[in-house]
Amino acid sequence: MARFGMVIDTVRCVGCMDCVVACKTENQVPEGFNRDWIAYDVKGTFPTLHMESRSERCNHCDNPPCVSCCPTSASHVHDVGGVVLVDYDKCIGCKGCVASCPYGARFIHPDGYADKCTFCIHRVEQGLQPACVAVCPTHCMHFGDLDDPNSDVSRLLASRNHHTLLPEAGTKPRIFYLT
Amino acid sequence: MQELTITRHNELIDPLLHIWSWQIPVYLFLGGLVAGIMIISGWFVLQGRYKHTTFSTFYLPHISLVLLSLGMGALFLDLEHKLYFWRLFTTFQWTAPMSWGSWLLLTIYPALWVNTLIRIPERFQGKIPLFDRLSAELNKRPTLIKNIGIANMLLGTLLGMYTGVLLSSFAARPLWNSAMLWMLFLVSGLSAAAAFVHLITTDVYERVLLAKADNAFLTLELFVFGGFLTGLLTSSRVHVEAVRLLLDGPYAPVFWVFVIGLGIVVPLIVQLLAVNHKVKHTPVAPILVLAGGLTLRFVIVYAGQFSHWT
Repeated sequence: MARFGMVIDTVRCVGCMDCVVACKTENQVPEGFNRDWIAYDVKGTFPTLHMESRSERCNHCDNPPCVSCCPTSASHVHDVGGVVLVDYDKCIGCKGCVASCPYGARFIHPDGYADKCTFCIHRVEQGLQPACVAVCPTHCMHFGDLDDPNSDVSRLLASRNHHTLLPEAGTKPRIFYLT
Repeated sequence: MQELTITRHNELIDPLLHIWSWQIPVYLFLGGLVAGIMIISGWFVLQGRYKHTTFSTFYLPHISLVLLSLGMGALFLDLEHKLYFWRLFTTFQWTAPMSWGSWLLLTIYPALWVNTLIRIPERFQGKIPLFDRLSAELNKRPTLIKNIGIANMLLGTLLGMYTGVLLSSFAARPLWNSAMLWMLFLVSGLSAAAAFVHLITTDVYERVLLAKADNAFLTLELFVFGGFLTGLLTSSRVHVEAVRLLLDGPYAPVFWVFVIGLGIVVPLIVQLLAVNHKVKHTPVAPILVLAGGLTLRFVIVYAGQFSHWT
């Protein structure tokens, strides 16, 4: 079974927010909410500063706390690619999954259910790329099977330095940032 | 230095998480209170108090049924997808404390109800003949009555623990991520229940006994607080930052004044004087304990959402 993940090249990312707009359009994300966003992470001491721009979203963790805390199994790991999804018809809106996510990746949709990035699974199942990856003008975003050693994502991870967000939280994120 | 700027502004998530408002602290407080009442009521059943008074075996379970229903009502109000709440009872998710809690709450209702049948007060006898017959059958089986007492104590303990485990399972919130939280909520629930029974009972023996018991629970609560705070203070950076929200951060005034001072220390001193016959028993002490227990849930739920990993 595939294990989908994303690799984002922070050297190429310019923080243009095309990915954010593409996601909102593709997934009809309601006004005032975002499934993905841009983070500007500045580190160092003036004048030796380093800024990393990166596109963030649900990390589709290998050890997803949002799935293990869900009392109705609405939050689940999908058969295709191990993507973490929400079954809206099972969600009671208890917000446990929102509290359990150290990345703040989930929100409550105005219709009452928990919502978040789906890796555009409806597109991926048709052989397409997620909307954010497809529109990126600098081609800094890559999507594929992390278990396939010949996939773009695996080759990039084998050849470049990378990090994940909050590895100390123990969630084993599947979005990797090239540095 | 490190400065992180994000373009996300999701409601109730940014800038700081605030998904749970008054409903969850009220639910946790009432759940803890009912848990404590079940333990106390079960203990009185085991001691055979039902032979002398109907208060602990008839009125306390009835009051518990009302309080628990109010708590579950608050929980229901908190749900964002209310019409789907029944989904809780179509599955059992063993990794989800909320699933355990949902099924546990279902077992508590019959346990409380059967407790009310052990001894029906004279003025209610003959109102529902079926209940009278069941009560008569129960009283032919003293071992079964003891088992009802044990079941109430056991289920009450599980409920009291659950209210803490529910929060401590959220590792993403460092303040809640403590193995002491279930103990803190259980002891606090016992203390609140002892104060509640102390406040409303008409039985002098029970009032004095529960004032003494509450002193023990309040003292134990102080020790558990010590363990809870020390455990977080000696943990990782995010846990230290989380516990400092209570110690010297934005929640410190409420925590020290209303939870520790007026919620534990002052009523403990007043009740110690009362049980040693230095002052008369006063409803002020148990009222302070109950208010402190409610404030504790508010502080822990609100500050816990405030705590984060980044």
